[in-house]
Amino acid sequence: MFSDMENLTLAIVLAPLLGSALAGLMSDTLGRKGAHRVTITGVAVSLFLSLYLFNHLVFAGGATINQSVYTWLVSDGIRFEVGFLVDRLTVLMMVVVTFVSLMVHIYTIGYMADDAHNWPQESLAGRNSYQRFFSYISLFTFSMLMLVMANNFLQLFFGWEAVGLVSYLLIGFWSVRESAIYANLKAFLVNRVGDFGFLLGIAAVLMYFNSLDYVTVFENAHLHKDVMVEVIPGSAWSLMTLICILLFIGAMGKSAQFPLHIWLPDSMEGPTPISALIHAATMVTAGIFMVARVSPLYELSETALSFIMVIGAITALFMGFLGLVQNDIKRVVAYSTLSQLGYMTVALGASAYAAGIFHLMTHAFFKALLFLAAGSVIIAMHHDQDMRNMGGLRKYLPITWITSLIGSLALIGAPGFAGFFSKDLIIEAVGQSQLPGSGFAYAAVLAGVFITALYSFRMYFLVFHGKERMDEHTRHHLHETPWVVTLPLILLAIPSVVIGYLMVDELAFGSFFAGSIEVAKSHDVLAVLGANFYGAFAMILHGLLTAPFWLAAAGVATAYVLYMRATWIPAMLAERFSWLHQLLLNKYHMDSLAAGIFGSGSRWLGMGLWRFGDTMVIDGWMVNGSARSVGWVASVLRHIQSGYLFHYAFTMILGLLGLFLYFIV
Amino acid sequence: MFADLPLLSITIWLPIVGGLLVLMVGSERNNGFEAKVIALLVSLVTFVASIPLFTQFDSSSWQMQFTELAPWITTVEVNYHLGVDGFSMPLILLTTFMTIIVVIAGWEVITFKVAQYMASFLIMEGLMIGVFSSLDAMLFYVFWEAMLIPMFLIIGIWGGDNRVYATIKFFLYTFIGSLFMLVALIYLYLEIGSFAILEMHTAGLTLSAQVLIFFAFLFAFAVKVPMWPVHTWLPDAHVQAPTGGSVILAAIMLKLGAYGFVRFSLPIAPDASQALDELMILLSLIAIGYIGFVALVQQDMKKLIAYSSISHMGFVTLGFFIPFTIYQSTGSWQGAAMGMEGAMVQMIAHGFVSGAMFLAVGVMYDRIHSREISAYGGVVHQMPKFAGFVVLFAMANAGLPGTAGFVGEFMVIVSAFKANFWIALIAALTLILGAAYTLWMVKRVIFGPVVSDKVATMQDINGRELLFMSLLALAVLLLGLWPAPLLEVMHASVAHLLQHIAISKL
Repeated sequence: MFSDMENLTLAIVLAPLLGSALAGLMSDTLGRKGAHRVTITGVAVSLFLSLYLFNHLVFAGGATINQSVYTWLVSDGIRFEVGFLVDRLTVLMMVVVTFVSLMVHIYTIGYMADDAHNWPQESLAGRNSYQRFFSYISLFTFSMLMLVMANNFLQLFFGWEAVGLVSYLLIGFWSVRESAIYANLKAFLVNRVGDFGFLLGIAAVLMYFNSLDYVTVFENAHLHKDVMVEVIPGSAWSLMTLICILLFIGAMGKSAQFPLHIWLPDSMEGPTPISALIHAATMVTAGIFMVARVSPLYELSETALSFIMVIGAITALFMGFLGLVQNDIKRVVAYSTLSQLGYMTVALGASAYAAGIFHLMTHAFFKALLFLAAGSVIIAMHHDQDMRNMGGLRKYLPITWITSLIGSLALIGAPGFAGFFSKDLIIEAVGQSQLPGSGFAYAAVLAGVFITALYSFRMYFLVFHGKERMDEHTRHHLHETPWVVTLPLILLAIPSVVIGYLMVDELAFGSFFAGSIEVAKSHDVLAVLGANFYGAFAMILHGLLTAPFWLAAAGVATAYVLYMRATWIPAMLAERFSWLHQLLLNKYHMDSLAAGIFGSGSRWLGMGLWRFGDTMVIDGWMVNGSARSVGWVASVLRHIQSGYLFHYAFTMILGLLGLFLYFIV
Repeated sequence: MFADLPLLSITIWLPIVGGLLVLMVGSERNNGFEAKVIALLVSLVTFVASIPLFTQFDSSSWQMQFTELAPWITTVEVNYHLGVDGFSMPLILLTTFMTIIVVIAGWEVITFKVAQYMASFLIMEGLMIGVFSSLDAMLFYVFWEAMLIPMFLIIGIWGGDNRVYATIKFFLYTFIGSLFMLVALIYLYLEIGSFAILEMHTAGLTLSAQVLIFFAFLFAFAVKVPMWPVHTWLPDAHVQAPTGGSVILAAIMLKLGAYGFVRFSLPIAPDASQALDELMILLSLIAIGYIGFVALVQQDMKKLIAYSSISHMGFVTLGFFIPFTIYQSTGSWQGAAMGMEGAMVQMIAHGFVSGAMFLAVGVMYDRIHSREISAYGGVVHQMPKFAGFVVLFAMANAGLPGTAGFVGEFMVIVSAFKANFWIALIAALTLILGAAYTLWMVKRVIFGPVVSDKVATMQDINGRELLFMSLLALAVLLLGLWPAPLLEVMHASVAHLLQHIAISKL
């Protein structure tokens, strides 16, 4: 029924699903070992088949696969299908997702080994939490693959919500903790705000294209580029702008862009492996992927692109600031993720989709590495996440130390490391962009480089260097984490160093994404940059002369001075500028505002509608009121039924007289 | 091989006769074991008998199928006339399926007048199928009113402490609403000299007559759906009803009202429907928005699910009445079928999902006898399997793609988008509100630390509970992942109805 290649894509998707189902439904039979074996096998199969497909599509020149698996439903003559579109953009995502997922699966064996401690002793849910965790992360892998491999908007939305579901389950994994179940509800609801826009965007696409199939929609996009719609009577909007902004609202939720970013830092309540997999490397980049995938539409709306660029720039810079004041090691990495997602978004806004996807890929490797390294530190510190209790850990955790350093260097864009190529490209691309807002975005991403270096190396110095601030008991037990933890660190460190150097030429300037991503001639900033590109090595040399390098170096130097030498300065600054410090600690008050306005506000509204509308007006006045009036009328009428025959006879005579008069007169 | 059998009569009368049999042979011995076994067998056989309605159904035709016609009261031309089309057939299958679930769910829970309990549900099953398959208005009306009696008894006998207020409110509301319908039916009979529903569809009527008829039907159907502002009986009825009563009420009885709109209001009074569609859309949006907020602040789980039902039924009425606006704003009926079919899917999906949610509350209520959200917390630690099901059903209630809850909402929202951006926007608010009220409840009930010694005594679901939970979970996932077969059977009927209402009767 399907060709070999189509069976292959199906197997890639179904292998993790099967693993998840087995580990989840047969957790008692399989036991812990069985659960991690079966899920790791599933994901490994996915990874190897994805690599095979990567080779097939990229090196062997294989054709794009566009297959329908089955028809979800037909209505109004429109077929909604479940199907796969595997081109180079997709296959790149598939490799990144399955690789990071496999690393995280292996790592989890070590991280969740003693998960029983996180549950109350008598909790039955705690008995098989290990198996359940593996089941969830494999289910996540399945959902994420469904998302990136979709060949239509509906399946994209299916994957989109499915990863949201797994994220919900995993943030609240330790369901006994109030903070965790608050965070997962918050994450789901904030994402739903984004999805609300996303679904309307899909509805708009369906209305004008009568199809949700990517190929059909993209082929016909130009037909609709001048269509104007009246959303508010009297003001005409470009249809493309409307669609693109609605879809991007979905991306703002999923990829945690300002102001829908507030869920991501709280998501750190989940176990660290999923922070790496879901909330850094893969799921949160779904929005970036989506915009790149839908680039044929975005290219038709400069307004939407400007909007995206400004939102991204705000996120890149202002979320970076918040990373400066965090003491929880995971929260620093979380704010760093927000900021880096902002960079990717800015790239999309500048039409440098390839640079955005490139950064998505390098970031997936080095940020997963940083998270897993943070997790390794947390294991060693017996689940203490406060950096104020760390210091000097490089002696005890050599592998974690070196890999963290590599990850940090990649993150700040040290020349030669993976992040350097992708981030530099973004900065240069924004510099070339002519769209409104690009000036602000350029300033923001440049300033962001300094901030990134500062918070990254603040963390690095506080954790691995300086005084050992932990208590005696913890220090005594410090030792490097087991190989299942360190192996993924090493395997992720390798691409964090080399992947940029290897792929910059092909990804950013080559024809890698030809046919997957469309860029209008007038927007093609990467082509402008490509004219001055003389290879990866020349780019490194050139990088040493440009502002981002010096800004990053300044950031590292500042961190060194503040946290290694003059350690009294940060405290002094916090005191001197306490209003600013408080503002940052309170995350610009956005969380409390959202909780106040939307949380309490809607409860207040609901209470008002219920107590006043339902209970008082409808039930009180209308329903019980009419019941009472019936009672009242009846009590009056009762007097007429006196039971005396002469009363009735008298009334009858009156009635007859009345009728008589009526008919005669 | 089944085509010759009077399948509809079988599915109507088998449970009714079976119910009477249960009443006769059932005794309180062995906790009413015979009654339960007979009830289960009858419900299973009825379900099996209803399957050919689906498998032998001719999807290409909008005509009534499996028709049966026999004279009943010849003096006034009332006939025993049955038949199904793409609107009614899926609802009959939902009815026969959910009755099995209810019988299993009541197995150990009901210890008082077991035979009467089981008999009530079987008889009600037959009467409800009668409503869905009647093609004679008088027959329809008889089934429609008769159906109130078993439900009245179910709430009144096996209900909670305040059951008398709830039953009277339920009965008066629906009964008064139905009286208006009776007047309209008699008027139509006097106009066309027949109670045949299909003949009423083609009867020419003036606009003013149509408007009066439309409102008469609206009173009857809006109460049943229920639509704002005649919805307040539902939370009270649900809170007082036993679990099985709530399941049937939510899963099937609410659908009768919505079914009435497509069987009577729209085809008989298309011009009035067109003239008044803005009112219907407004009421639907109020149901989705207003009621969504009200659901958020409920402290009683059953009330919360009841309000959630009202909100979800808003999508059904929205889908049914959106076609005219689509035509006005786009000049074509393209997109209208999706709204209508979405409304139909929403009915089936809501049957599974709300039924499952009420059963879940029932499972917890059986253990510690409270419906208050605040009495719970940390149930997952005691009942992990149960918690898995609850999260699945909650996600379906919140409209997660891949579950039944998504399909209808999605179709209605994209269809409404064609009519008007703002209608779609308000309808899409359910994405946020539905998730908020459902998952907030899940957070407080299922997650967190174990809050009390009572919760600490809760045992995970037994085999019987696992059985009905799994059946519903399968239904919810199957409908969510592959709704195509369900859509297939309704295309012709929906297309025909749209053609019909597009032509003015004036």
